[in-house]
Amino acid sequence: MRHLGTAFLGLAAAGLLAAAGAVAQDGSTAYGDIMNDPRIKDHIVGDKHSGFVYATLATRDMQEDDFENPAFTWVSLGEELWDKQDGAMGKSCAACHGAPESLRGVSVVYPKYRESTGGMAALEHIVNECRTERMGADPWKWESDQMLGMTAFVKLQSRGMPIDVSIDGPARPFFESGRDFFFQRRGQLDLACNMCHEDHPGDMIRADLLSYGMGNGFPTYRLKWQKLGSLHRRFAGCNKNIRAQPYARGSDEYTNLELFVMWRSNGLPSEAPAVRR
Amino acid sequence: MRSKAITCALVVLGLAGAAASDARAGDLVEFFVVGNGIPEYLSGQPGDPERGRAVAIQRKKGNCLACHKMPIPDQQYHGEVGPDLAGVGSRMPESELRLRIVNPKIANPATMMPAFYRVDGLHRVGKAFQGKTILTPQEVEDVVAYLKTLTDDT
Ligand code: HEC
Ligand code: HEC
Ligand code: HEC
Repeated sequence: MRHLGTAFLGLAAAGLLAAAGAVAQDGSTAYGDIMNDPRIKDHIVGDKHSGFVYATLATRDMQEDDFENPAFTWVSLGEELWDKQDGAMGKSCAACHGAPESLRGVSVVYPKYRESTGGMAALEHIVNECRTERMGADPWKWESDQMLGMTAFVKLQSRGMPIDVSIDGPARPFFESGRDFFFQRRGQLDLACNMCHEDHPGDMIRADLLSYGMGNGFPTYRLKWQKLGSLHRRFAGCNKNIRAQPYARGSDEYTNLELFVMWRSNGLPSEAPAVRR
Repeated sequence: MRSKAITCALVVLGLAGAAASDARAGDLVEFFVVGNGIPEYLSGQPGDPERGRAVAIQRKKGNCLACHKMPIPDQQYHGEVGPDLAGVGSRMPESELRLRIVNPKIANPATMMPAFYRVDGLHRVGKAFQGKTILTPQEVEDVVAYLKTLTDDT
């Protein structure tokens, strides 16, 4: 533990120290010497730990090098689409928004309350709102290469900025329903998100090292998927692993859960597009 | 079995009640909880420890290794969520091991460990698994028989 640096030692929560019991004295885990990697200090803010802290050294290396990070294939697609005219109105994103840098800071506040629908909107919802209502174009499917590429490209403009979602005012009831989802046991295995991601970060669950289940790296390239994937895809995966019925990507349930998960991630740097096993 | 457990009243699990809301629950074999355990074989016959070991390893069956370290050195990955099961056959009597596998929530409602022989009281079970238990009564017995072999002197 003493090698983990002051930020980690600063965690007073006894529960966390107990949970991190799988990390040996020398900072090693079944993944090797990951806790002695000086890079993790940029991914720990107060008592918050990004999934980077529990990732393997190999995926960290990939994430930190834009030429090695496979997600950048999708980012390039997003960049192309930004300037491409589409839809009945013959507009491109750039026609209204200008340079992509103008979107710096935009993504870290999502999901955000949307007046027009009276609910929460994830970044994907806003992109499709612009496409259907402002461009006269077809919406992109949630998990399509186009949507993944565009959300990765938009979030890249805010890389390193702290996640900063609001749960005040009209967002409150949606936050509460996301929180209820997080603590609800479900599936044949009868597990809730918190049992893995609050009670056991730092512990191996078979071949996986549990993290806090933060959302600051999505969309994320997973080696297992061989693809970039959305946070909602990850939710569906965590639901299916415990033999629970998943919800649809983009559903209110997953969007509210995203709000809760991003609120837990508040303060952590936006790392999208991250790389995981 | 400890004698004080035997003096406890026989409690029939609320399966009849559960059956009213979920007809399939009625398909479960009946079992009796006595004290902290289930004294009788779920399948009416003893289990086979070799098969139990395989069930504990298999990801689509017991997958006990997801959460527990076990004395199975040929398997690469062992979980750290629950206690090491080495020596558990010396620590716990058979009837308590059986209840642990059938439904540990009877003894500890807050436990993270799944109930391997239960279908009621679950939320949003995936379609393919609705009305089904994780293990069959014989698989439960096989696992119990295997755990019994994990004594301190092995
Ligand atoms: C049985 C344990 C378990 C449960 C329950 C579970 N997860 Fe996970 N989850 C995992 C594992 C294992 C991983 C991959 C390793 C890691 O990052 O923790 C993971 C990864 C994640 C990640 C990606 C983290 C990253 O940095 O890439 C998120 C987000 C997540 N889970 C959210 C959830 C949510 C929300 C729920 C409840 C709907 C949930 N999980 C339920 C085991 C679980
Ligand atoms: C016809 C003009 C127009 C086009 C074309 C357009 N948008 Fe928008 N976009 C807007 C307007 C107007 C808003 C709402 C701004 C607000 O509410 O502050 C918006 C909002 C957004 C936001 C949220 C901004 C924020 O501050 O929360 C994002 C992200 C976005 N657009 C991305 C895109 C992308 C990606 C495309 C191309 C697929 C696109 N837009 C095409 C006009 C446009
Ligand atoms: C999702 C995680 C999980 C899985 C899967 C799991 N367990 Fe457990 N198990 C636990 C936890 C946590 C405990 C600690 C006691 C408690 O919380 O109830 C435990 C306790 C036990 C105990 C009591 C040990 C003691 O020393 O008190 C036994 C025996 C046991 N488990 C056997 C099994 C077997 C056999 C399987 C597979 C059929 C299994 N477990 C699967 C989480 C799990």
